[in-house]
Amino acid sequence: MSLTVGALLALSFFISVLGLFIFIWAQTKGLMQAGPDAAQVIFAKGELGVVEEPSISATGRATLQRVESESSGIRFDAASLHTVAKSAEFEERIVIDRSSRTAAFAFLTSSMLWLVLGSIAGLIASQKLTAPDFLTGSAWLTFGRVRTAHLNMVIYGWASMAGLGIALWMLPRLLKTPLMGARFAVAGAGVWNAGLAAGVAAILSGWTDGLQWLEIPWQIGILLAIGGALCGVPLLLTLRQRKAHHLYVSVWYIGSALIWFPILYVVAKVPHVHFGVEQAIVNWWFAHNVLGLWLTPLGLGAAYYFIAKVLGRPIYSYNMSLVGFWALAMFYSQAGIHHLIGGPVPNWLVSVSVVQSVMMIVPVLAVGLNQHMTVAGRLATLKHSPTLRFIVVGAILYTLVSLQGTLEALPFFNRLVHFTQYKVAHAHLGLYGFYSMIMFGSIYFVMPRVLEREWPYPRLIGLHFWLVGIGFSIYFVFLSIGGVLQGIAMLDATRPFIDSVTVTGPYLMARTFGGALMTLGHLVFAYHFFAMVLDRGTRRSGSVLLGSARPLGAE
Amino acid sequence: MNKSLTIVIGALIMLAMATLVLVALPYRELKGEAPPEQLKPYTLAQLRGRATYVNMGCVYCHSQQPRAANFGPDGLRGWGRAPVSADYAYDYPNLLGVSRTGPDLFNIGARQPSIDWHLTHLYQPRSVAPGSVMPAYPFLFKVVAHPQPGDKVVGLPPQFEPTTGKVVATQEALDLVAYLTSLNHTYPIPADTSGALK
Repeated sequence: MSLTVGALLALSFFISVLGLFIFIWAQTKGLMQAGPDAAQVIFAKGELGVVEEPSISATGRATLQRVESESSGIRFDAASLHTVAKSAEFEERIVIDRSSRTAAFAFLTSSMLWLVLGSIAGLIASQKLTAPDFLTGSAWLTFGRVRTAHLNMVIYGWASMAGLGIALWMLPRLLKTPLMGARFAVAGAGVWNAGLAAGVAAILSGWTDGLQWLEIPWQIGILLAIGGALCGVPLLLTLRQRKAHHLYVSVWYIGSALIWFPILYVVAKVPHVHFGVEQAIVNWWFAHNVLGLWLTPLGLGAAYYFIAKVLGRPIYSYNMSLVGFWALAMFYSQAGIHHLIGGPVPNWLVSVSVVQSVMMIVPVLAVGLNQHMTVAGRLATLKHSPTLRFIVVGAILYTLVSLQGTLEALPFFNRLVHFTQYKVAHAHLGLYGFYSMIMFGSIYFVMPRVLEREWPYPRLIGLHFWLVGIGFSIYFVFLSIGGVLQGIAMLDATRPFIDSVTVTGPYLMARTFGGALMTLGHLVFAYHFFAMVLDRGTRRSGSVLLGSARPLGAE
Repeated sequence: MNKSLTIVIGALIMLAMATLVLVALPYRELKGEAPPEQLKPYTLAQLRGRATYVNMGCVYCHSQQPRAANFGPDGLRGWGRAPVSADYAYDYPNLLGVSRTGPDLFNIGARQPSIDWHLTHLYQPRSVAPGSVMPAYPFLFKVVAHPQPGDKVVGLPPQFEPTTGKVVATQEALDLVAYLTSLNHTYPIPADTSGALK
């Protein structure tokens, strides 16, 4: 059988579009039984239009409620809010929130520590590209190892553990059932931390499996697989006991992510099966799916919940979220080989991945429209809700980073930016601009519920936002420009290769500066987090305490 | 959508499809490939050197996959022809790399066969390549007052010499250079390996 590339492109495009139409058809036939009531499952009776924002004080919440009521037209007086707050569903939610406290706390606290360590490692690695003789005395601190330690700490420590913590906290709320088997998740956090700590030590000491994103030796990686699987146990147990009739869109994302990740990890890690170029293919199938099928669903699941919940407003279109979910699962999972465009891999394989990268526009627009339309007309609320501010920025950057990813997969543009710092900027736009921003916002929402305590220094939230916002803008803009200039120099055969190195110099320096601001923001965040854990600072209104049952907007 | 089973099965089908296309089919297509005749398996010293290349993380800045002419001037830079999958038959783990902070190294052994140059470059890249941002690897060398016979002394421009003694390569540095100088895939390949679906 011999097929031309064009025929293959056409074929995989055809199959993709066909798949999409089958889903739309199944949906219109009611096979998936979605409807407006499914979008409202996250609200208690009478709660529509009521804001929930635990990260601010009672007065702040009253302002937020007033602003939101002005745009939604649903007005509440103090008495009617009080009635809602005294309802049985709210009492139940207090029990539900308490069921996940320990598990969420274990994961989120760990994620904070990894965020700080990972940022410092990243900063050291960045400085090394500006000053290559900085810290070259020991093999433990050579660029190739510190950079790898940074990647593993932020992906498996910060991003994964934050995502798991938020997911474990959301699940019981989404399923309207106390979290079952929380102790499995807590054990999972312990095993995961142990595996990651050992893995990072192994990398720094020179013991590595040598594959990108899969450096942690498989003997240690088993711990990560076990830790991840342990987190799946409460999901399954709680699903079986669930009282919610409808499964909210966040549950699909979280549930699928928890199923996908262990499979991806085990298939990619099996030792002595993969070989040569085939191993490179599996490598990028995995590395791309860590983003697409693990972190992206966790981030989008959180965004779908918190945007709607903070505003007290159901998501714009529930049906669109169905398209977004299934199209993501279908297209993202096959896009990974665009990392090997122009490499020694079969042409048909690259074609498949390029087509699927273009098809990614479908879920991205579905998710983007859905989330942006939910916030549309409510932009004034961003000023009053830190959770929303972080998450909406993250959701906007999700749209941008995905469209940018599609562009990079197109051969004409890939030719220019492949192998350059532009890719590093793109990766950070995804993992930081999109994912981490959403996690920051989610943590600000969740922690007051977990600890039943207010954030002690509200001004630090704003400081955190502006430090990482400005720092990351500098990081991204300069590194992208530097990357394009690097690509232009590399493509010009009349210029020596070293030109492509020296041209990036000032941009890499700017990146280090942006990274330093981001790290500073993380230190502020971590300080605030642990000040809250240790119950520092003065009590202000005390009204986020669930025991005193005033989780609503006005007082 | 209310059935959790729908989601679980759907999620598994999606991943199974991706695994079939991106893992199973390439495995089947590439498994039986014989290495090119002129490609030699690595020697023990080269394998040890390769392990150092892996654990120092050289792959994060150096690719080993020259692109074809329609993707850039790699050939004009002397980086070699576009590789085919069989060229990587002895590579475990693979080191294709996706970044070029430094140049492609797939044929560095052909381009720069000098052991002395590589040792000097590893000890202090900027002594032979001004403007380079490659880290120095002084820990792969030792400074001795009086080199013994059989010691490999590293030649350095005066300003990079240590204040006292001479720089001598460790076995690890020599192995790494043995690996680097072995990277030579300039042999011709049959014309029909276009990579099209067979």
